[in-house]
Amino acid sequence: MSTLGILLTLLALTAFSYFIGRKRSLAVATRSKRGGNNLHSLPGYYGYLVAVWCGIPALVILLLWSGLSDSIITQMTLAHLPAELQNQSGDQVSLISNQIRNLVANGIETANDPAMKVAAEEYSRLQTISSMAKTVMVLVVAIAGFAVGMRFIKPSTRARNQVERVIQYTMILCAAIAILTTVGIVMSVLFESVRFFGEVPATDFLFGTHWSPQTAIRADQVGGSGSFGAIPLFVGTLLISAIALLIAVPLGLMSAIYLSEYASPFMRAYIKPALEILAGIPTVVYGFFAALTVAPFIRDMGAAIGLNVASESALAAGVVMGVMIIPFMSSLSDDVINAVPQAMRDGSYGMGATKSETIKQVVLPAALPGIVGAFLLAASRAIGETMIVVMAAGLSANLTVNPLEAVTTVTVQIVTLLTGDQEFDSAKTLAAFALGLALFVVTLILNILALHIVRKYREQYE
Amino acid sequence: MNTAAATPQTHKPAAGGREEFAHDITGTVGRPFLEGKNTKFFCRGVNVFYTGDKQAIYDVSVDIGRNEVIAMIGPSGCGKSTFLRCLNRMNDTIAGCRVTGEINLDGEDIHAKEQDPVLLRARVGMVFQKPNPFPKSIYDNVAYGPRLHGLAANRAELDDIVEQSLTKAGLFKEVKDRLQTPGTGLSGGQQQRLCIARTIAVSPEVILMDEPTSALDPIATATIEELIDELRQSFTICIVTHSMQQAARISQRTAYFHLGKLVEVNDTKTVFTNPQHQLTENYITGRFG
Repeated sequence: MSTLGILLTLLALTAFSYFIGRKRSLAVATRSKRGGNNLHSLPGYYGYLVAVWCGIPALVILLLWSGLSDSIITQMTLAHLPAELQNQSGDQVSLISNQIRNLVANGIETANDPAMKVAAEEYSRLQTISSMAKTVMVLVVAIAGFAVGMRFIKPSTRARNQVERVIQYTMILCAAIAILTTVGIVMSVLFESVRFFGEVPATDFLFGTHWSPQTAIRADQVGGSGSFGAIPLFVGTLLISAIALLIAVPLGLMSAIYLSEYASPFMRAYIKPALEILAGIPTVVYGFFAALTVAPFIRDMGAAIGLNVASESALAAGVVMGVMIIPFMSSLSDDVINAVPQAMRDGSYGMGATKSETIKQVVLPAALPGIVGAFLLAASRAIGETMIVVMAAGLSANLTVNPLEAVTTVTVQIVTLLTGDQEFDSAKTLAAFALGLALFVVTLILNILALHIVRKYREQYE
Repeated sequence: MNTAAATPQTHKPAAGGREEFAHDITGTVGRPFLEGKNTKFFCRGVNVFYTGDKQAIYDVSVDIGRNEVIAMIGPSGCGKSTFLRCLNRMNDTIAGCRVTGEINLDGEDIHAKEQDPVLLRARVGMVFQKPNPFPKSIYDNVAYGPRLHGLAANRAELDDIVEQSLTKAGLFKEVKDRLQTPGTGLSGGQQQRLCIARTIAVSPEVILMDEPTSALDPIATATIEELIDELRQSFTICIVTHSMQQAARISQRTAYFHLGKLVEVNDTKTVFTNPQHQLTENYITGRFG
């Protein structure tokens, strides 16, 4: 039976055991004097308990078997190969096992090498056995689990509490999957980065001022030697992020103040969603807006006043990115400003302060930690933003702080290093992982700082 | 001017519940008006409406005398806080709130076009139910008002104002070594005295207090009550309170509000020993409220 078939059967069995368990619990119950019956929990909980016993151990077996069987079968097949095929390097072995799998998928008769044909037949035989064993095993475990669960049905069993615990563990499992995925991503980036730093010294990467990742792939190619000084990328990223924040922070903060302090409910009802639409525009749309509208406009403006502006200037990318972050900044600031207690404002008005004096001297200082948190989150957003800079910022790694010149960012370089046909163990592609790691570390630090500040601030008024 | 002021009338229908008497409030009994020049606030026919023409206060007319403590009592939701907030136009800050009628402070209409509500609030300070020090140092909390209104020409003068205000609020001794620490770090009673110090730092003429001790323990309450008695020398004080004992202890006159109407105003002693209106009697004897 296929894995899907087994899964469906298991599901049906589980549902069936729920109803049996529920029915059984009612059968063993006796009426109690207070009304109702003498069961500890509602009948449904006994049903769930039996269903859990029936379904979960069997599901675990199914998952483990499906996950591990293939590699075990491959190992067993390889063990049967002739000796001359066995003593090979790791790459060769994985090539052979891939060939065997392809043979099984495409028909064993197509095999040319008799040894391979034997191996493929062996593989296919083991697969059939494994599949049958899996089906039998899962069903036996499910039925055994059902039997065990049924034994628990008696009035004294605290089915409700046990189901509660199962639910708790399920939630923990879900959270663990999310966290483990993150850990997995970090680990893979980390290991590839370590490989990169094996080829290029970390000091060259972190403090080098020349970035040109083109390396010769074949010996006969005339390519650059490849130099991986990431300083121009860091400076470019900081430059564009700084421009973006220079746009987003004042505009976002002022609109948040307007929304929370001055706007009438009617205005607020229209302006807030309108601002949030900005956050809903795909970044790729911002990207071509920046590249096709803003960048030429800035270049023409520059030409009109006699400035030489690159067609892909840091300014264009930064300005558009700033507009993109405005709703981020404004809605976070709006939240923290609204969290400042009304009593604080009343106190200030009662002293004879005007609205703007109250905002400047009481509301903003009270909301400041939250606003700083919003600022840091916006900054980490700007640093990690990719699509706009890919389209609007340049590719040339200039080490400059002139916003009118083309610069490139960490994210842009990661994209260019990894798109297209690449060899995945050259220093050039591995550099992308190192850049990713640097980016990850910076945004992580910013996020932790921001969350810490925001949390500290929340405690003040609760 | 008003017959009620001239001849105290007795108005006592049979004892009963709170709603039964609502229609009996035809006018304010007792002694709501002061003859002579000692009138600080002169209020006639004040109505307050919230959004959707929901009326919170009906036709309140009363005088508040100079350097007196007037206590406003009444069951929850009777409009006493709303009336208090009319006196420094704090109701202006509530969207949809509308005040009609005449309120004069020293003979000037506070709703007149040339009146600046911001400056009015410097003359009529307010202390709130929950202590609400600003998230600043103790010094900056007290210096907030003087800085806003430019009351101090230099740092020395400002230091002087801060010290005097804290001394008047009976807080200076306790905080003189930590003026630069946050005001939010003080205890509840100290915070409330800090708020009082903050209010008197701008030398107002009237201080409105909206249940200033309801969030405090009995000892802190006693301290504040003593303070109010001292402040009476220099300020007119209107205090809203839920505690009838407090009203009896600290006020010279007491006003009883009921369902948005001003039922009775009289000398505190008279209100608590010989109430003129059945509703007042019911309230102070604890039959409702």
